[in-house]
Amino acid sequence: MDETKKVIVRVKRQLGSKEKPHWEEFALDWRPAMNAIICLRDIAERPVTRDGKPTTPVVYDSNCLEEVCGSCAMVINGKAAMACSALIDSLEQPLRLEPMTKFPVIRDLAVDRSVMFQNLKRVRAWIPIDGTYDLGEGPRMSPDMQAKAYPLTRCITCGNCLEVCPQVNEHNAFIGAAIISQVRLFNMHPTGAMHARERLEAVMGSGGVEDCGNAQNCVQICPKQIPLTESIAEVNRQAIKQAIFGWLMG
Amino acid sequence: MREPKISIIGGGLAGLMAAIRVAESGVPVDLFSIVPVKRSHSVCAQGGINAAKNTKGEGDSTWKHFDDSVFGGDFLANQTPVKNMCEAAPGIIDLLDRMGVMFNRTPEGLLDYRRFGGTLFHRTAFAGATTGQQLLYALDEQVRRFEAEGKVRKFEGWTFLSAVIDESRICRGICAMDLRSTEVRTFPADAAIFCTGGIGAIFGRSTNSVVCTGSAQGSLFLQGVDYANGEFIQVHPTAIPGEDKLRLMSESARGEGGRVWVPKRAGDTRAPLSIPPKERFYFLEEWYPKYGNLVPRDIATRAIHKIVFEMNLGIADEAAVYLDLTHIPRETLDHKLEGILDIYEKFLGVDPRIEPMKVFPGMHYTMGGTWVDNENQATNVPGIYAAGECEYQYHGANRLGANSLVSCIYGGMVAGPAAVKYARNLEKGCDSVPADIFDRERARQQEINDRLLHQDGTENPITIWKEMGQIMTEHVTVVRYNKNLEKADAQLQALLERYRKIDLSDRTQWSNQTLNFARELENMLILARVITLGALARDESRGAHYKPEFPERDDRNWLKTTRAKWTGGIQLSYEPVDISHIPPRARRYDVSK
Repeated sequence: MDETKKVIVRVKRQLGSKEKPHWEEFALDWRPAMNAIICLRDIAERPVTRDGKPTTPVVYDSNCLEEVCGSCAMVINGKAAMACSALIDSLEQPLRLEPMTKFPVIRDLAVDRSVMFQNLKRVRAWIPIDGTYDLGEGPRMSPDMQAKAYPLTRCITCGNCLEVCPQVNEHNAFIGAAIISQVRLFNMHPTGAMHARERLEAVMGSGGVEDCGNAQNCVQICPKQIPLTESIAEVNRQAIKQAIFGWLMG
Repeated sequence: MREPKISIIGGGLAGLMAAIRVAESGVPVDLFSIVPVKRSHSVCAQGGINAAKNTKGEGDSTWKHFDDSVFGGDFLANQTPVKNMCEAAPGIIDLLDRMGVMFNRTPEGLLDYRRFGGTLFHRTAFAGATTGQQLLYALDEQVRRFEAEGKVRKFEGWTFLSAVIDESRICRGICAMDLRSTEVRTFPADAAIFCTGGIGAIFGRSTNSVVCTGSAQGSLFLQGVDYANGEFIQVHPTAIPGEDKLRLMSESARGEGGRVWVPKRAGDTRAPLSIPPKERFYFLEEWYPKYGNLVPRDIATRAIHKIVFEMNLGIADEAAVYLDLTHIPRETLDHKLEGILDIYEKFLGVDPRIEPMKVFPGMHYTMGGTWVDNENQATNVPGIYAAGECEYQYHGANRLGANSLVSCIYGGMVAGPAAVKYARNLEKGCDSVPADIFDRERARQQEINDRLLHQDGTENPITIWKEMGQIMTEHVTVVRYNKNLEKADAQLQALLERYRKIDLSDRTQWSNQTLNFARELENMLILARVITLGALARDESRGAHYKPEFPERDDRNWLKTTRAKWTGGIQLSYEPVDISHIPPRARRYDVSK
């Protein structure tokens, strides 16, 4: 009998945020083009560990499975990554799946990233339109400007930039690169720029843009290749200008 | 005056637009979503959104958009709502533009438009190839603004279980479950708007996201909310096959000049680019000279099936055809299609800028859905509204590319104010309904949880789900035979029997995804039967519904809407289609209309 090739997966399990974590190991049948999500589904269909012990399916977040919804971020082989695009054949085994460490664990690999959505509120990451009535077209915009802004719009709020940032830790509530980059985006838009001050004020002070330690991990880990360090530098510039000249502008 | 309350279930484009309209009118909104709304399936839409802005001097008009949509839908859509949607579309684009969507621009700073399937006009506004993501974010941001002002309350991480319907058959709220604590709770509401999206999971693998199960529509159906035209399922011609998901390769790839071909010689194993052009079969261009690679999706999908399964001309040893962009300048590709090319490169490790992509049709969209009326997105149960992919109104027998985003937003725009008006005119609000109406529904839902958590069984929910997907994909997608449809329905019934014996491998009452999936599975199986029985009954071929035994469209007998009702069993009835604006004519894409 030929033996089927196996994929060995180790998963860090945790029943809740206050429970002690433990590891479980699984041996799955290898197929071409497997990713971490397929491994987790295999486990759900047959929740038995490598040494034959019945267990529960692994809890994790996922949705689009094409790296555009931002759900399935986790730590894979020690690195923050999206599970859907983590292809098994290009990863070392045993594959190690862990929850992100900068967010509270809900259960197993699912974490609570709601702080990011709260922070989008804090920085007023929107264009304050007058209403949905028919008020004609939006402002004209050059193709160059669009090309500069577009990459920033692709942020999927996965949180990987926070996961790898040394400034995000128990002692510091740094708002993080993703949110700062959204400030840059909305300040860039002709209508958004009218309210740039409010956004800048929200990222000044403790936990704001100044807390960036320039480690540059964020820009390297971003699955969407967003120029995050450029965004931080630009928002920092705007914030300093606002701090110095703000009183002049009323 | 009594302040009405409105619940919205689903936070994709339709749900967010409805929320904005309701909040704008001063009525508070409870917004429920399984995932944080910013992670909704709308993010997966790629190519663009249609509106006849006529910015390219082609003589486009909202009437032509309307005509293309009705013709593309093979005359099954009720025409008045489609006409209204096409007329509203240019204003919707303006609104999105004002909200800050980074649409691609012309040198003059205006919005750029590209071509899409089923039309000869440049009518599709786009933001790279991630238009759905950009649109969803724009609406998400506006809703966040209302949330900050206290006008919208979000319940993210909650799933809808059932509607609360009183003795007089009026909806008085909803029953939902917190996916973390598994708490089951009722929420009184004067009206509930369902924007619960697609049903891809019923087909196992599709281009849809994990949450697109159709569970809410199935649950509502069992409570007496009718389901229409379920048999019309769109299979997208160009998807990347995958074990977990069929990843979409947008029609915009062809809109920007991508060409579909196979080697002329069967079993040709040469590398694609070493095959000289005259030894390639550009079958869409040859068979449909007028529309070429941009024929509507049902037509392109059937053509690929014919090439692969009847003519055996698929790429050697693979059920696939080439989608070729290699002749297009890299700069154009990066500027207009980057998002989708990244997906291909990331998941297959091949750069589609230098090597033709291998694609194959995949289940993509349901034209059918919860039945709604022609004016208000209202279902047949008072107080229940539906908008977006979960309802059936706008696409007839086949949806045109880039019409889904506009129908979602338009549907939300109509449903929001309609629900507000209804709620304000209610004689008796949800707060004056006796508490036991809510308690009873809550208890009924809690009981289902308790039973599932405690029963010992032999069946695994994922196994049943996979089998359902195989049955549906094999028999209820591109080509349909009555004999097979009968068999499929019998198999689905057998799966429902086996479902009674499922065993949850997880009995925890905290963040138990298996429990939620098991609950969804039952609703999926019901809806799978609705789709299959609708297909079995309809003895004609129209749009995406194709039966070789009945190859022609049959207006005399089948120009009618299928309406499925739950009466303890699935009952099909039919109603006439609104054809008050454009008389039905033969649908052909090999010549001009």
